[in-house]
Amino acid sequence: MSDVNTFSGNRGLQVEEKLIFEMGNPGCSGVDLPEPGPVDLDRMDGLAKRGAFGLPDLSEPQVVRHYTRLSQKNYGIDTGFYPLGSCTMKHNPRLSEKLARLPGLADLHPLQPQKTVQGALEVMDSLAEWLKELTGMPTVAMSPAAGAHGEWCGLMAIRAAHDDNCQGHRRRILVPESAHGTNPASAAMCGFSVDPIPAKDNGRVDLDALKAKLGPDVAGLMLTNPNTCGLFESEIIEIAAAIHGAGGYFYCDGANFNAIVGRVKVADLGIDAMHINLHKTFATPHGGGGPGAGPTVLSAALAAFAPVPYVVHGKDGFELVEGGREGAKPFGRVKGFHGQFGVFVRALAYITSMGADGLRQASSDAVLNANYLQAALGDVLTPSFDGPCMHEALFDDRFLKDTGVTTLDFAKALIDEGYHPMTMYFPLVVHGALLMEPTESESKDTLDQFIAVVRGLALKAKAGAAEAFKASPQFTPRRRLDETLAARTPVLRWKA
Amino acid sequence: MRYLPLTESDRRAMLAVIGAKDVDELFRDVPAAARLAEPLPLPRHQGEMEVERAFTRMAGKNLSAGCAPFFIGAGIYRHHVPAAVDQLLLRGEFLTAYTPYQPEVSQGTLQALFEFQTQVAMITGMDVANASMYDGATATAEAAIMACRITKRAKVILSGSLHPHYAETTETSLRYTEMEAELLPPDPLGFEDLLGRVDSQTACVVVQNPGFFGGVKDLRLLASTCHEVGALLVVMVAEPTSLGLFESPGAMGADIVVAEGQSLGMGMNFGGPGLGLFATRDKYVRQMPGRLAGQTVDVDGKRGWVLTLSTREQHIRREKATSNICTNSGLCALAFSMHLTMLGGSGFGRLAEINHANAVRLEQKLAKVKGLKVLAQSYYNEFAVHLGDDVKAAEVVDALAEKGILGGVPASRFYPSWPELAPVLILAATETNTEDDMDRLVAALKEVV
Repeated sequence: MSDVNTFSGNRGLQVEEKLIFEMGNPGCSGVDLPEPGPVDLDRMDGLAKRGAFGLPDLSEPQVVRHYTRLSQKNYGIDTGFYPLGSCTMKHNPRLSEKLARLPGLADLHPLQPQKTVQGALEVMDSLAEWLKELTGMPTVAMSPAAGAHGEWCGLMAIRAAHDDNCQGHRRRILVPESAHGTNPASAAMCGFSVDPIPAKDNGRVDLDALKAKLGPDVAGLMLTNPNTCGLFESEIIEIAAAIHGAGGYFYCDGANFNAIVGRVKVADLGIDAMHINLHKTFATPHGGGGPGAGPTVLSAALAAFAPVPYVVHGKDGFELVEGGREGAKPFGRVKGFHGQFGVFVRALAYITSMGADGLRQASSDAVLNANYLQAALGDVLTPSFDGPCMHEALFDDRFLKDTGVTTLDFAKALIDEGYHPMTMYFPLVVHGALLMEPTESESKDTLDQFIAVVRGLALKAKAGAAEAFKASPQFTPRRRLDETLAARTPVLRWKA
Repeated sequence: MRYLPLTESDRRAMLAVIGAKDVDELFRDVPAAARLAEPLPLPRHQGEMEVERAFTRMAGKNLSAGCAPFFIGAGIYRHHVPAAVDQLLLRGEFLTAYTPYQPEVSQGTLQALFEFQTQVAMITGMDVANASMYDGATATAEAAIMACRITKRAKVILSGSLHPHYAETTETSLRYTEMEAELLPPDPLGFEDLLGRVDSQTACVVVQNPGFFGGVKDLRLLASTCHEVGALLVVMVAEPTSLGLFESPGAMGADIVVAEGQSLGMGMNFGGPGLGLFATRDKYVRQMPGRLAGQTVDVDGKRGWVLTLSTREQHIRREKATSNICTNSGLCALAFSMHLTMLGGSGFGRLAEINHANAVRLEQKLAKVKGLKVLAQSYYNEFAVHLGDDVKAAEVVDALAEKGILGGVPASRFYPSWPELAPVLILAATETNTEDDMDRLVAALKEVV
């Protein structure tokens, strides 16, 4: 830590900022509102009018400064390279933001008469068409709000299909050990039991082990492809045949779809359902945790069970089906209204900007960038698997053996170098994982600088600088935070 | 292509380092039968101007709320969002950050979430709130599941006051589990008897306040009745600005409060994304779904924030997690928090009063429409009206739209198989409605009813 202390506690552009509850001038407001008319207390079922809330009173300049200062304590893609594996931190186009704010798209209520929202339904329909074309799948359920929500949606469709085929006894779902935690959690929410399947030494599913687990109680398989090690499941067609042969359905976690858009149609791989994270593959902002969107494509076998609502082409234009219709057996509804429309607008803006050629180029560049990192770092770090990776490169911590430096320390040192760390300790199937996903948004120059820094850090660790690593980060608004204290004595809100 | 920085010479140089002839070689693990040799036969890339033109055309086919007297609510409400909120939201450090798993470079998001959690706990009258769920519907479902987990009981009673989408989402969520939902019929008059239905099998009762048809209820007796038999009371608030007007659900005895937070910060966006608010009592915090930001200190002893109690969550607990949720509504939570900070305590209360006063004014004006009856005895900024036995509200709404007026939601859109609800129209008024809007609605209703 720098030994220069300031009177304010501030450090130049790093300005300390209190909680909003610790500031304010009672009686101020950042919003000018007219005098309310008389409040009719008879209209409140005898309830008393509320008194003070404890909320602070601030004027607009105070509020603007507060959030500006908070923003400066954050690292975003706009700030710099963000190689967070499996999260796909690609550039978020600003055209998408502009279009999502057009009053004709933003200032619409979901329950307006359908003839007054034909353009909005066209946005949903156009995006659905693109998603179907890019995957080769016949149907897409648009409403899931995020990846995990899409997983649940796909599994609900699988459960409904089994019930409809008098196969309701099928309650076991096979999930590789390397899966995202959402996979087993989503399966459990559909009443399925989760049966893990191991991987082979080459990081792919062990097909023989999978076959040994098949049986009349198996409902299906959840498999991420490209998988969480950043590898394409080369035996995926055989895997699909095996699960189908046993009467199960094949759910594909589409979190890594961004590696293969325009280069593979997932329908050709034999999958029955896959969610698409619009906030990863199609460049909508992650927003510090959300919102996302997880439209879920479905095979012909599952199409009838898609949840409501969905858009169809009616005789007078687009029609939003909110209840059932003939031939459909929707398993239900997954959220309020019609899906993450604001995210749809952004994703469609990105897709139509890129076009079929640009989307394919983006996947190609994402894979090229990841392989470039793997090749350029392969001699100083320890790649977990041989051969080309897809959109992300996985290393383990063998290169840190006997240095006293952990994956965590290495990641924190990268922060001081001006980078957001890679994903750490995931997937669980390799020791001390470092998963790097550069995405197609990064230039060669950015990658070369990053490579030089990572090489430098690796050599420094091997030279015996554990203490320096343990002390990092040094240059952040806060240094390492005590997570044990936070969990042991939870303080989850401010109190006077 | 403007989002792709690599040049052809970059690509060649990188392939040389990798030792690959071309990019196709990197895809060699893809089964040959599934490899696409060239781009799909779909439209090619376009410049900003072309894309903007196409979207402007689609936007032009919609009647946006700002261009019409507008009285639609039923779960999504049109409020004025201060300009500063959206400007701040566009700061790239907020917009383009991931979930704050690296706290040293995410103190901005984490502090904002801590403030958000505090604000939500304050306005709902609860101890603690999480960092958001997808929307009100999924938050309601998660609350029902959490109540079953806490009580180790399986029966969930869904009041007829609940928004039909929330009820459907909850029923869907319970469909393939040990839990079961008992859904009561729609309750436009607020006559539903919940007290008589609560028993020792009941995990929770889920009520919406104000209800789907607008009614406001004192929930204290229901809360104590639930608690007497060991059941929980879950209160859903579809219109969170109502929390500025009367006693909070927490003060009335709720055990879990969920809400749709869209009213503050975000605009309507055709119904999505929403913002699920989720608050409860301290004693239940380890049973909550979703992320939590918590206070701690760094190695220098300075106050800071981290994500905490994550042993509840899917990335640690997998199939035993309290929920599968990962991505939530972080940016919407930030927008909500910014809007509420702009309003402050005094502004929040005043906003609620204006909403209620506008609804009262609308009710008074509607008295001039022959045959129209207001159904609610109590309401906040929304109420149901009966247009007359032979009148179909859906046709009235369409006729109003022909006149450029977005005049409420027909109950039949949600309850097509309930003929007695065909004449029922749900109308909302907020601070955005002018006197002139109301006069135009009343005049048009006189013509079409």
